Amino acid sequence: MRDPENASMKKLTIIAALLLAVLGCKPNETTTTTTNAATGATIQINGAGATFPYPIYSKWFDEYHTSHPNVQINYQSIGSGGGIKQLSAETVFFGATDGPMNDEQLKNAPAPILHFPTVLGGVVPIYNIPGVTSQLRFSGPTLANIYLGRITKWNDAAIAKENPGVSLPATDIAVVHRSDGSGTTYIFCDFLSKTSPDYKAKVGVNTSVSWPVGVGAKGNEGVTGLVQQTPGAIGYVELIYALQNKIPFAAVQNKSGAFITASLDSVTAAAAGVAMPDDFRVSITDSDAKDAYPIASFTWMLLYQSPKDKERAKILVDFLKWALTDGQKDATALHYAPLPKSVVDKELQAIAKIQL
Amino acid sequence: MRRGDDRWFRIGTGAFAALVLLVVAGIGFELTRQSLLSIEKFGFGFWKGRVWDPVSGDFGALPFIWGTLYSAILALLLSTPIALGIAVFISELSPRALRQPLAYLTELLAAIPSIVYGLWGIFVLVPIIRKLEVMLGAKPALGVGMLSAAVILAIMVVPLTSSVAREILKNVPSTQREAAYALGATRWEAIKVAIGFGRTGIIGAVMLGFGRALGETMAVTMVIGNNPQITASLFKPQYTMAAVIANEFTEAADELYLHALIEIGLLLFIITIAINLLSRLLVRKVTA
Repeated sequence: MRDPENASMKKLTIIAALLLAVLGCKPNETTTTTTNAATGATIQINGAGATFPYPIYSKWFDEYHTSHPNVQINYQSIGSGGGIKQLSAETVFFGATDGPMNDEQLKNAPAPILHFPTVLGGVVPIYNIPGVTSQLRFSGPTLANIYLGRITKWNDAAIAKENPGVSLPATDIAVVHRSDGSGTTYIFCDFLSKTSPDYKAKVGVNTSVSWPVGVGAKGNEGVTGLVQQTPGAIGYVELIYALQNKIPFAAVQNKSGAFITASLDSVTAAAAGVAMPDDFRVSITDSDAKDAYPIASFTWMLLYQSPKDKERAKILVDFLKWALTDGQKDATALHYAPLPKSVVDKELQAIAKIQL
Repeated sequence: MRRGDDRWFRIGTGAFAALVLLVVAGIGFELTRQSLLSIEKFGFGFWKGRVWDPVSGDFGALPFIWGTLYSAILALLLSTPIALGIAVFISELSPRALRQPLAYLTELLAAIPSIVYGLWGIFVLVPIIRKLEVMLGAKPALGVGMLSAAVILAIMVVPLTSSVAREILKNVPSTQREAAYALGATRWEAIKVAIGFGRTGIIGAVMLGFGRALGETMAVTMVIGNNPQITASLFKPQYTMAAVIANEFTEAADELYLHALIEIGLLLFIITIAINLLSRLLVRKVTA
């Protein structure tokens, strides 16, 4: 129970054994000979962490393996918390997280750890109000008050003021949130806490929080299912999930007062509007940029500053440079927002800090 | 068989039996060791704490204990009459040709994975319960909540309880029933005699179902609403111990948070043992 990694490692071993068995049955297969011909043995690099970037990471690792057949990067999407724990325990070579490590976690790690943003994601409010077909608009404080249980009817004056011309019914609002610990919840609460001091004091920011109202549903699919089934419901899901499944979502007011509909461009813009610290541990919700969507976040890859295994470190640094430049082209096809150039440039400089 | 073989056989099987004890003790030890931070910080307050706030690091288990016991007891109340009815019909009343297919079908229900029950719950059961709530004027009518969880648990528990109860009834010696008939008993009275004879086993079957209901995770978390609150309302969302562990374990990066989650596992372990002991006592009382 303590080690999800162990279970998955066991699974991996079984899969590997099965693969070997299959390959063993066909000794004439060319795949075995090509790997051997390249440099002798395949180098395995293991990582673990966030589930959110899993689709793009696996595509990147796959493409990198195609161009470097002797390198095999394995990634276990066990969750951000698990990724940080595994990296701190040095059972994986790199980690990945949707929320930056806090000072205490960094202090408890056996050696300095560096953060590298890889792509961006956004979180969007979704709703189901019978009779309302036009796109709704929310400000941060209004969303916060809905999730605090202070706004309980759809025709509340605060919602009506932000949505002139929409005839809102006098029905109850059914609040839906994530029940499982999630980076999505972290980003959503981070934005609400920045725009509403009350929300910050009463709820705060974490992957799981103590919700004043509402019901919890598991995963993006659970929240979407419950919202679509329940008249009067509101929820929040990852932008990527809403885009892939063509779920309509609300526009959210950003810091400069404009109501922005989330898109890959408006999410990328959020990262450009924030002063970037040298360690990249920064929240980009409620960005200053005029055209930025306000509920956006980086997802980070985590690496030791002075990795013990220099051979693997060199490969991973090479991979990271490729992912930050050529690799970014894969992002939009998978509905991830690519990093703005300013961030990429700064990261390419920071990579030099890794001691090889 | 030589006498030496006998001795080795006893030692061998004895070792396997000891292994069970060792595993149980090991689980208890490991759960305690991994939750020390939370045990030290909250003590017994953890049992009666009503707040679960990962942000401020304040943890209490009472709403989860409540939700777990409440949903399991409701499921037991719903499932026991149905399960016993099925068992009695199959073993005592059913035409011979129907017996095997019916027994097979109930056992088939037990083999359905809980995630499938959960999906069925979301797409079929929850909308029905929501309609019921709208009819009764419950607000807001969500559909997810305690009643949905109890109904889905009951459906999952029925095949388990009924197949064990059926086996028990099958093993009641036919002399028992024949004796009852010889005394002029009606069919109903003869069945009562058979149930009375097998009561220990039948209580065991019911407790087995209760254990299943206590620990069920996936199907419950999909329909219970996952809101830790203590209320007798059947329509309000609530939360169970197994569900909160499954939901929050992967993303719990903070040490105290992790220890609190593991302590919930420890409480579930203790409660399950306590309930099993209680049912043993109950069985002993009934048999005495």
